[in-house]
Amino acid sequence: MAIREQSDMHKRRLSRNIGVGLSLVAFCVIVFGMTVAKIREGSKMEAFDHQPRVSMTPAQEGQSGGTQQ
Amino acid sequence: MSDASIDITTKSAKPAELEPKEASFGDYVLLLKPRVMSLVVFTAFVGIVAAPVAQPLFISFCAILFIAIGAGASGALNMWYDADIDRVMKRTASRPVPSGRVTAQEAFQIGLALSVMSVVFLGLATNWVAAGLLAFTIFFYVVIYTIWLKRATPQNIVIGGAAGAFPPMVGWAAVTGDVSLASMLMFGLIFMWTPPHFWALALFMKSDYHKADVPMLTVTHGRAATRRHIWIYTVLLAPVALGIGVTQIGGPLYMAAAVVLNLIFLKGAWDIRARSEDAAEADGYATEKKFFRFSLYYLFLHFCAILGDIALRAAGLSLGGW
Repeated sequence: MAIREQSDMHKRRLSRNIGVGLSLVAFCVIVFGMTVAKIREGSKMEAFDHQPRVSMTPAQEGQSGGTQQ
Repeated sequence: MSDASIDITTKSAKPAELEPKEASFGDYVLLLKPRVMSLVVFTAFVGIVAAPVAQPLFISFCAILFIAIGAGASGALNMWYDADIDRVMKRTASRPVPSGRVTAQEAFQIGLALSVMSVVFLGLATNWVAAGLLAFTIFFYVVIYTIWLKRATPQNIVIGGAAGAFPPMVGWAAVTGDVSLASMLMFGLIFMWTPPHFWALALFMKSDYHKADVPMLTVTHGRAATRRHIWIYTVLLAPVALGIGVTQIGGPLYMAAAVVLNLIFLKGAWDIRARSEDAAEADGYATEKKFFRFSLYYLFLHFCAILGDIALRAAGLSLGGW
């Protein structure tokens, strides 16, 4: 049996469904934004362990810095 | 869900009788204690801004959001466990669980799901030190405070205060990845402030905690002892508040504000300590009410002063030595 459009349950739960829907959309936006932000700041990171790559960090004064080969 | 179960709630049945207290989305929001969340958001924000390392703005936003969700989740778990107490007390009887709009099982499931989600996503967004601290905060509030000590000791307010004190520390850790003296003192400020704040309220609010068998200091040790406790905790609070002024997040503005605010707070606590119950009843607990109102400004202004000094430093207006 198909769910009727005029179901009372649908009417009663409209606000709840809209709220849950908006929360899920907001969650997706946040995860996407987080991904973008992490990738932007992640240029100095190795992919395998998400740690700063020493060879890409600028050398400080008095230090040889990075991996000099 | 079967078709039959859908049909049962349609025209033929009377929904108002079948499910008289169906929850709206707002009821689920109330489950997260949004008023408590606002304090969490503000203090976590200060913890993040005060940290000496820059962080992408969106990551900071996410950190505050997940800390707030973690706090809300612990609120939902608190409502799940305390439904029996909340049902008895007037102040809490209209909450979603005791009023029957949300079932205790739903509160438990939502609380648990949001707890895991907030900790995992805080870890992914920032670092696992902050995530660990958030997990500990939730554990502390739900297990140590709500389940274990709230019904066992009149010092429950003191212990519960620790859970509310963690957010600036979590915020700081979200940026720096560690714990420092400054972040511990921000924790200490809220932790030491909580008992005098709540006990002042307990003195003039004739609450029905005794009906729910929750030991409150005013009932177990008497009102004179509560007045002494307010004074002692306020005296212990002052050095913590002033101590922030000599750390890296303090400055001249903070120090000036802390001195003034603590002098006023100490004066209020002494006035409460010095007066009798008869005198308090005669003027409708005016001193206690004034002290309670000021305690709200006290905490808010301390954290505002921290932000003020950050702004001064950013503008290049800080004094030497700070």
